[in-house]
Amino acid sequence: MHEIFLDELKKLNTQFMEMGVFVNDDIDDATRAFVDHDKKKAQLMIDDEAKIPHESLDIQKKALKLMALQQPVATDFRVVISILKATTDLERIGENAMSIALETIRVKGNPRIPEVEEIISRMTHNVRHMLIQVLTAYVQDDDRMAKEVAGRDTEIDEDYVKARKLIVDGIENDPTAAVASSSYFVVTRLLERIGDHIVNLAMWVVYKTTGELTELSNPSEEKTI
Amino acid sequence: MNDVITAKNVKLSYGDYEALHGISLDFHENELTALIGPSGCGKSTFLRCINRMNDDIENIKITGEILFEGKDIYSPKTDLVELRKEVGMVFQQPTPFPFSVYNNVAYGLKLAGIKDKELIDQRVKESLKQAAIWKETKDNLDRNAQAFSGGQQQRICIARALAVKPKVVLLDEPTSALDPISSSEIEETLMELKQHFTFIMVTHNLQQAGRISDQTAFLMNGNLIEAGKTEEMFIAPQKQITSDYLNGRFG
Repeated sequence: MHEIFLDELKKLNTQFMEMGVFVNDDIDDATRAFVDHDKKKAQLMIDDEAKIPHESLDIQKKALKLMALQQPVATDFRVVISILKATTDLERIGENAMSIALETIRVKGNPRIPEVEEIISRMTHNVRHMLIQVLTAYVQDDDRMAKEVAGRDTEIDEDYVKARKLIVDGIENDPTAAVASSSYFVVTRLLERIGDHIVNLAMWVVYKTTGELTELSNPSEEKTI
Repeated sequence: MNDVITAKNVKLSYGDYEALHGISLDFHENELTALIGPSGCGKSTFLRCINRMNDDIENIKITGEILFEGKDIYSPKTDLVELRKEVGMVFQQPTPFPFSVYNNVAYGLKLAGIKDKELIDQRVKESLKQAAIWKETKDNLDRNAQAFSGGQQQRICIARALAVKPKVVLLDEPTSALDPISSSEIEETLMELKQHFTFIMVTHNLQQAGRISDQTAFLMNGNLIEAGKTEEMFIAPQKQITSDYLNGRFG
């Protein structure tokens, strides 16, 4: 009997990881399209926007079915609940990436602020790395690694604050940059939100591994909201 | 939290075979403790030690201590009848005596020498109410207890155990012979009664342990593997083997 459960759980884990990889690629595609002003690429993403929510719903249905029919407890319970909760955060990250793609289409080009785009690239690099790491921590039941990832959200928050300042300065220097800058605000904010969802993912890794449910967000966070 | 019963390093052997290898466990007042574990793990044997139901088994040897309100129940000074008045028991199969509901519930009181009819009437009514079977029996107190349904019989047995006002009630799989509705009614009754009594329950129904117990103790091969708050045990047990058992991975 338990073999069936473990088998289902393994499939669910694989599907969850696949979704994680999709979402990670979406972040990359969306920010690349934004910085490159590649509206075509952004449109391709938007055409496929149902993919992540569909995947998320499928995972949640399967997890709920396992809860209802197999009534797991203890370790197994934590695994299923963590997937259920983490999937929602992963889906939100996907939605944020999709919003970056939408912003790419909306943005009315030049002139640009290269320093801000540099920060956007760095934030993107960082959140993607954090996402990969938190997913690795998930697979390896490594709560220490998860906490480490959550700690790195500070860098994202700092970059976000820096970017805001640069954007304001940029508008002051060249008022024609104001239109593009409103998009910079949106995109950096979305990347910062992605960082917060990664912290939530880390929290679910810790819960899954230890049964301990605690906020991992850093104190500086309040300043950035 | 008050410990009503404290077991210290309880070992039990039948001849050369040791069935309990030293169990130490505290039972807190007004709580329900669930004893769980695979068949043959010793949980019923341990339960039966708590009101000395194993005493008459041939070649049995019990060592260690079981303290009831601080006194060792295995001391030669212990009066067995007195002990069992304080530590009652309800079995897996409903075991009403083959006479009326009234006489079933009054049995222990009469045994205890109570002759005051009015007092007995009052205790019978009170106990049947506590066991949530008063409604079904109040007009049939003279009816043979065995004529009731299984679930009702079990509640009559619970009333019988409660009539002598015990401190502790031992329950040996009290609902395993009952249908889900009757089981759930008994569970509700126990939840109510926890305010006044301390329960120790052997159960194979892990969901039931999760629903109604405050403390859970997991036994395997005569050892206590893990004990603690039920909530913690069912969410984050200390040992992987506990999680495996709770999820039916063996046993």
